[in-house]
Amino acid sequence: MMDAHGHAIVTRGLNLWYGPFQALIDVTAGIPHGLITSLIGPSGCGKTTLLRCFNRVNERFAYVRTTGAIELLGKNIYDPDVSLIELRKAVGMVFQRPNPLPISVYENVVFGLRIHSRRASLKRADLDAAVEQALTEVGLWKDLKDRLQVRATTLQLEQQQKLCIARLLPLKPEIILMDEPCSTLDVDGTRGIEELMFALKGRYTIVIVTHNMAQARRTSDECIFMLLGKVIEHTRTADLFLSPKSPRTAEYIEGRYG
Amino acid sequence: MAVVSLAATRFTKTALAARKERAEAVAKWAFFGMAVAMIIPLVAIIAYLLYRAAPSLSLEFLVEMPRRGMREGGIWPAFIGTLYLVVISLAVSAPIGVLAAIYLNEYARDTWFNRLINLAVINLAGVPSIVHALFGLGAFVYAAKFGYSIVAASLTLAIMTLPVIIASTREALASVPMAFREACWNVGATRWQTIKAVVLPNSISGILTGVILQVSRAAGETAPIMFTGAVFFKAIQPGTVFPYRLQDQCMALSMHLYTVSTQIPNVKESIPYATAIVLLGTVLLVNVSAIGLRVWLRNRKRW
Ligand SMILES: Nc1ncnc2c1ncn2[C@@H]1O[C@H](COP(=O)(O)OP(=O)(O)OP(=O)(O)O)[C@@H](O)[C@H]1O
Ligand SMILES: [Mg+2]
Repeated sequence: MMDAHGHAIVTRGLNLWYGPFQALIDVTAGIPHGLITSLIGPSGCGKTTLLRCFNRVNERFAYVRTTGAIELLGKNIYDPDVSLIELRKAVGMVFQRPNPLPISVYENVVFGLRIHSRRASLKRADLDAAVEQALTEVGLWKDLKDRLQVRATTLQLEQQQKLCIARLLPLKPEIILMDEPCSTLDVDGTRGIEELMFALKGRYTIVIVTHNMAQARRTSDECIFMLLGKVIEHTRTADLFLSPKSPRTAEYIEGRYG
Repeated sequence: MAVVSLAATRFTKTALAARKERAEAVAKWAFFGMAVAMIIPLVAIIAYLLYRAAPSLSLEFLVEMPRRGMREGGIWPAFIGTLYLVVISLAVSAPIGVLAAIYLNEYARDTWFNRLINLAVINLAGVPSIVHALFGLGAFVYAAKFGYSIVAASLTLAIMTLPVIIASTREALASVPMAFREACWNVGATRWQTIKAVVLPNSISGILTGVILQVSRAAGETAPIMFTGAVFFKAIQPGTVFPYRLQDQCMALSMHLYTVSTQIPNVKESIPYATAIVLLGTVLLVNVSAIGLRVWLRNRKRW
């Protein structure tokens, strides 16, 4: 399920253009399997863009062009036989603003299953089990088991964000991408999500974009620092924060710009 | 001393502030006045029509045939004709318009071809109805050989309402937050699954409103149907609900109103007004039921 170096995601010479503007420049990186990797860097450096390459959602814009290769779990996702549907099943994405669908909690969790199975093959009991398992995994089951029919958009933000993670789990993804998942949450909510990330670590490869230096330090095993579309530094998080190799990394984590 | 007097005048109104407040009050009342003025014409029109129509208003007026060369009697054939035209034209334009709008909003990428379609839609919406009439005459009556008929008239009305339905449907679709779509795409839903699961359920009431607003346009237009399928007079069985065949010509309320007001001498005075009331009442009835439908749809949602 990974390459020889234990990488879940490998990019090789990845370039991406939005029209004439090059947002990613020769990005080559290997993201370790089963661990948490954080992407940091000042606004507009291409963190979101890179993250969105991993499940190819950038491509919905006609003016986006990419070159280079991205190997996910050993397979080049730009190969012609790759199905976007299967790819996105395996690579879940969590957004900055929690985006539960305006349907019940229950339906949110089973949404992926319904999308990917014939109606007749879904048994109520299986769905119920999937909901319980997914909500237990994200720590929402105790709070929500009696409120499965409430509209998901009425939950607290932290619960909504956890629900968005739970929604991915019934599809058994290998990789979970998170784009600033805590930026709309308060301190408790942030802690809740971070604890959830630790709980999920090992079974899933997690990539998290964050503006919060302390969060990158707390949560991630490896850290990638980006600047103007390039990867400047990529090492173990502890090393990056203690002894950054590049002066630009040092200045950024000290807060001289950003 | 100076300090004290300074403190005393702090936060009090200056001359400039007072002037701004007066301007603010004037502006507010002016806007309010215009908003209220909006309802005056509406009330005045309806009241005047009702007053003039009163001698003719009765159930018989609705369900009877016109008599004595349309100088007396009812308007049943015109009423039914209008229903035919409206229902058939919307049955054609609503599905086409809604599907086209879904394509444009949900599938189409920003290419020159799709821009061309957009441009066509916008321009079609601005074409005067008399031009649609002429087009319908050429295209449906002659070229397609439907002859002067309900089909030709309905299709002409459909072409006329189509661009507006496309525009209003696109607006309703665009109001569905992008985040919902992204949530779907990111669990591997196809566009069509996304449309079925989140886009349509969250925009259906807006779409229906847009479609139903076109009822009043289709019912009210005279030129397009006059050129293509409406006649001054057509005898039908009074009281029957399906008196016309599609290849027949038909009477219609808007056309009838025009006829009795301008083409026939010595019409009973209240008849044009009563015809207008029926036309207005039909449209209002449709609009009210549209609002009812929206409320019902909104309450029925599972969430
Ligand atoms: N859809 C788009 N079309 C055109 N340019 C875009 C698009 N999305 C991003 N960009 C540009 O690409 C660059 C990288 O954007 P990206 O969103 O990846 O940055 P980011 O590192 O995630 O920033 P932030 O920290 O503000 O979220 C920016 O200069 C941005 O203006
Ligand atoms: Mg971003």
